[in-house]
Amino acid sequence: MKTIVIIDYGLGNLRSVQKAFEHAGARVSISNNVREIRNADGLVLPGVGAFYDGMVQLQEIKYAIYDVVNDDKPLLGICLGMQMLLTESEEGGRNKGLGIIQGQAIRFPKSKFKVPHIGWNSLDFKDANSFLRNIDDHSYVYFVHSYYAKTSPEYTVATCTYGLEFAAIIKNKKGNVIGTQYHPEKSGDVGLQMIQNFLLRC
Amino acid sequence: MLTKRIIPCLDVTLDDACGTVVKGVEFVDLKRAGDPVELAKRYNEQGADELVFLDITASHEHRATMIDVIERTADEVFIPLTVGGGISSVETIRQILRAGADKVTINTAAIKNTELIKEASGIFGSQCIVTAIDCKRNLTIQPDKNMVTLEDGSRAWYEVVIYGGRTPTGIDAIWWGQQIEKLGSGEILLTSMNRDGTCGGFDIPITSAISETLDIPVIASGGAGNIEHIYEAFIKGKADAALAASIFHFGTYTVNEVKQYLQEKGVPVRI
Repeated sequence: MKTIVIIDYGLGNLRSVQKAFEHAGARVSISNNVREIRNADGLVLPGVGAFYDGMVQLQEIKYAIYDVVNDDKPLLGICLGMQMLLTESEEGGRNKGLGIIQGQAIRFPKSKFKVPHIGWNSLDFKDANSFLRNIDDHSYVYFVHSYYAKTSPEYTVATCTYGLEFAAIIKNKKGNVIGTQYHPEKSGDVGLQMIQNFLLRC
Repeated sequence: MLTKRIIPCLDVTLDDACGTVVKGVEFVDLKRAGDPVELAKRYNEQGADELVFLDITASHEHRATMIDVIERTADEVFIPLTVGGGISSVETIRQILRAGADKVTINTAAIKNTELIKEASGIFGSQCIVTAIDCKRNLTIQPDKNMVTLEDGSRAWYEVVIYGGRTPTGIDAIWWGQQIEKLGSGEILLTSMNRDGTCGGFDIPITSAISETLDIPVIASGGAGNIEHIYEAFIKGKADAALAASIFHFGTYTVNEVKQYLQEKGVPVRI
């Protein structure tokens, strides 16, 4: 059984992420302990709270995260956790992210489309990625966000359209880091399948 | 394309004989009639987009039971879960989110303490904070209120009511919606007391007025009696989501039947 560490930065609902990974067959620990992070088979950077607060919480453990990524171990960033993988975000001023994937988190422009973007929206696959194994193109997943990732096509696995087309799944060059703007742990069977796919790489 | 959401609402209460139950449910084939966790699973299988649990006992002694229900549901149902009923502090919100809920709805407490919305959305994020507006038509013409044209051409403003509709506040619902948005609430759960429990259809005039005025999503609630009512809430009411209780609890329609109907009529839904 693979051991997954969900990185704990203090706020919000980590239980759902934990239960979804357990459902998919992983042993899960929720932790901010550097040693546990380094020893994990895979990491999950969950998505709760605001960008700046999240980055402050990560300062002491970010080098452990870099080490895990450099070791080619899988990392999944979810929602805010995905945005923190980027170079920077404009949420709450201009703040630096982990810089694992080149790109910026920017706010949806004012338009007839309501912000936050909340609800089930469909994915458009751009890349044959093992994270999408046994998933149909145009499947629905659950989004809740006001900022979206602006990155280049080489890092884009799937997009979603809400007024504009944005990156819904991103990856790093080596492919061991995946970020989802939506919540796989809240996306029913489709999300659980993606979590299983992630575990296969751990 | 972003789909319109169908949200079954479960009124959770404590019954001395059977423990925690959902009020008004008539599924006879459930192992334990009215078990909120069993029902949540059932609606998930039917294709519900989210679930709302309203704790209608909402007393402090029962909070632990509610937390247990949330935990057991979140362990098995992997769609968004919203919990409301008597929530009045950041600490309670934290407990509920920690138990596995994704959002909370704040109702009376938001009116009595507007700082709660601001504080809670600051800590947990706007996406967690759904503010419930219960309102009632008021036919007295008042220059400082937003008058809305009703179905028969007459005009009314909608007054916010609290304590389950018993207490009018004198607050204009449209104005209040704008304040809620500024304070950082991520969604509005709008219930017209003129329609709640009637099964006569959603209150379209206030639903469309609030949907068009605000930038945050609006969940229409109160009055769903048939499949056409839900269609109207989206098309005429311009709601982003529709919440219903009895039509699902009585088995009049399954969630999937509602969605099939909406899809045939051209409303985007997740099937």
